Amino acid sequence: MTAAQAPREPDPRNTSSQDAAPDHRALVELDRVSKYYGNIKALQDVSLVVHAGEISCVLGDNGAGKSTLIKIISGLHRHDSGTFRVEGEETVLTNPRDALDRGIATVYQDLAVVPLMPVWRNFFLGSEPTKGAGPFKRLDVALMRETTRAELLRMGIDLRDVDQPIGTLSGGERQCVAIARAVYFGAKVLVLDEPTAALGVKQSGVVLKYVAAARDAGLGVVLITHNPHHAYLVGDRFVLLKRGAMSGSHTKGDVTLDELTRQMAGGSELEELSHELERAPSPDRPGGPPAAGDTP
Amino acid sequence: MTGTHPAPAPPGADERLLRTSPLRKLLGRPELGSVVGAVAVFVFFALVADSFLQTSSIGTVLYAASTIGIMAAPVALLMIGGEFDLSAGVMVTSSALVSSMFSYQMTANVWVGVFVSLLVTLGFGAFNGFMLTRTRLPSFIITLGTFLMLTGLNLGFTKLISGTVSTKGIGDMEGFASARKVFASYLTVGGVELKVTILWWAALVAVATWILIRTRFGNWIFAVGGEADAARAVGVPVIRTKIGLYLGVAFAAWVSGQHLLFSYDVVQSGEGVGNELTYIIAAVIGGCLITGGYGSAIGAAVGAIIFGMTSKGIVYAEWNPDWFKFFLGAMLLLATLLNAWVRKRAEATT
Repeated sequence: MTAAQAPREPDPRNTSSQDAAPDHRALVELDRVSKYYGNIKALQDVSLVVHAGEISCVLGDNGAGKSTLIKIISGLHRHDSGTFRVEGEETVLTNPRDALDRGIATVYQDLAVVPLMPVWRNFFLGSEPTKGAGPFKRLDVALMRETTRAELLRMGIDLRDVDQPIGTLSGGERQCVAIARAVYFGAKVLVLDEPTAALGVKQSGVVLKYVAAARDAGLGVVLITHNPHHAYLVGDRFVLLKRGAMSGSHTKGDVTLDELTRQMAGGSELEELSHELERAPSPDRPGGPPAAGDTP
Repeated sequence: MTGTHPAPAPPGADERLLRTSPLRKLLGRPELGSVVGAVAVFVFFALVADSFLQTSSIGTVLYAASTIGIMAAPVALLMIGGEFDLSAGVMVTSSALVSSMFSYQMTANVWVGVFVSLLVTLGFGAFNGFMLTRTRLPSFIITLGTFLMLTGLNLGFTKLISGTVSTKGIGDMEGFASARKVFASYLTVGGVELKVTILWWAALVAVATWILIRTRFGNWIFAVGGEADAARAVGVPVIRTKIGLYLGVAFAAWVSGQHLLFSYDVVQSGEGVGNELTYIIAAVIGGCLITGGYGSAIGAAVGAIIFGMTSKGIVYAEWNPDWFKFFLGAMLLLATLLNAWVRKRAEATT
C-alpha cells in the first residue's frame, strides 16, 4: 500500500510457477483474474493455483477482495478479465450449479445452511435423492437420514438426532456438516470461506482437522481466512490480498509463519500502529458521564 | 446439545434419544397452536350454540372452511417459501369473471371459458412470480400492485362489457350443468350434505402436504424461505421455486373462482377484496412463520376450520355477525403467541 514496503514484498509474478503456460496438474487455476463493480476495482490481476491434495490459502484483511475471489470461483460472479481454468480448461462459470457440476463446492461462513431445516434436509439440499416415478417420485427419506448420520459420524460428528434443526448445532459443527456434505457429493475442489472466523480456539481446531481430512482425501482446498496462524497450520500455498490486488504469493517452503503474519498484518503499518499505541496516553475515564456506582 | 467424538458411537439406538419424549415431538409440530385453538373454538361454540352440534351444521361449517382452505393451502406454501400474495383474493374473482365473460361473449361451451380462465389465472401467478424474481422488490409491494390492478381490471372490464358491475347469467349455456357438478355440487355422505369444494380442499391439502414434506420441490420451498442465499449457493433453483409457488396460488384461485361462478351463474366484479388477508391469517394461525422457512399445509387447513367454525358459530349462537372480526383478531394473536412460545420451548430443550 505504501511505497516504503514495496521493495520488501516479493513480486507475486515471480513466485508463481504457473504463470506462462497452464499448469496441467492444477484443479483450479486463476491467472491474473480481475473483477470490477462499476468503476470499483474489486479484484485485480490475482493468480491462484489449487492442486489435488493441497490446501491453497487466501489471506487478506476485510475488504481485500477475498469475498469477490470466492464468488468468482464458486460461480456467483463472472470475472471480467484474466483466465480461469478448471482442470486445464478455460471456463466462465455462470452460476453456482455450474461450479458444483464441475466439482467446485463452496462452504460459506454465514450462508452454509438453512437454520430452521433439519440436519438431514440440509445435508442433501439441492441434490436430494428420490425414489419412485411420475407423480409418486418422492424423497428417499430413509436413505437421506441414514447417509447423513453415517457421513457425519465418519467425520467424527456424532449427532443425537438428524431431525433437529441445524440452527441448534454449534458454529463449528455447522461448518463441518457443510464440509462433509461437499465431500460426500464428490467435490474435487472445496472452497472454504472463513471457516474459523466466528469460532473459538477449540472449535477452530475441530474445523481445521476436517479441512486437513478433506485434503488427505485428495481434494484441492481453497481456504480463505484472515488468520495466518490457521493458514500456516494446514496450508501449502499462500496468496495474500490487499485492496483487491495480490501482495504476495508463497509456497510453504519459502515463507515462515512470522513473515506471513507480518505481511498479513501490513508490515510497516503494524510497526507504526504499535508506536502509536505505545505513546497514546491512557485516560482514567474515557469521557462520558460518570458511572452510577462512582458517586460516593 | 451434541457432542463431537473421534470414535463412532455404539450401533443401535442412541441412548440420548430417550430424552426426546413423544410429547416433545408433538410440541415441535407447527400445527399445534392451531389444533389447540380449533378445539377451544369447537368447545366454546358447542356450549353456547345448541344448533352448532347438529349434523347439518357440520356440512355448513366445513363448506365455509373449504372456501378459505382451498386458497390457504397454497398461500401457506408460498409463505413457507418466504413470500406473500396480496392479490390472491381478487384473483379468485378475476378467474371467475374471465371464465364467465369469455363463454358469454364467444357463446362457447362454458368449459372453453373454464379452460381459458385457467390459462389467464396461471398467467397472473406467473406475472407475480416473474416480477418478484426479476425486480427483487418485496413481494408485499409486487402483489399489492397486482391486487390493485386486478381490482381495477375486474370492475373496469365488467362494466365495459356488460354495462353493470356483475356479469350476464350463463346458467342456460352449454356445459353449465356439468361444470356446476365439478365445481359447485352437493354430495350426501352418511346423511350429511357436503359441498364438493370440501373434496377439492381435502385434495389440495393432501397434495400440498405431499409436495412439502416428501418431494425435492418441498425441500426447496423450506430452503428458499429459510435462507434463500444458502439455498442458491448449494444449487437450489430459487427463481423457479418461487414462480412455482405463485402458480400454485393461481391454480387454487382458479378452482375457487370457478366455484364462485358455478354456485350461482353470475359474478359480482367487486368481490374478493379482503379475502387475501383471510388466507394469510389462516396460514399464520396454522403455524406458518411470517418470515418464511417454517409451517405446514395441514396447519393452514386447521386455520381454515377455525374460520369456518367461528363465522358459522356466531350465526348459530344468534349473535351479531359483527363480532366475527373481533374473534378472528383475538384468535390470530393467541394462536401466533402460542406457536411462538411452543417453538421456543421445543427448540430450547431439544
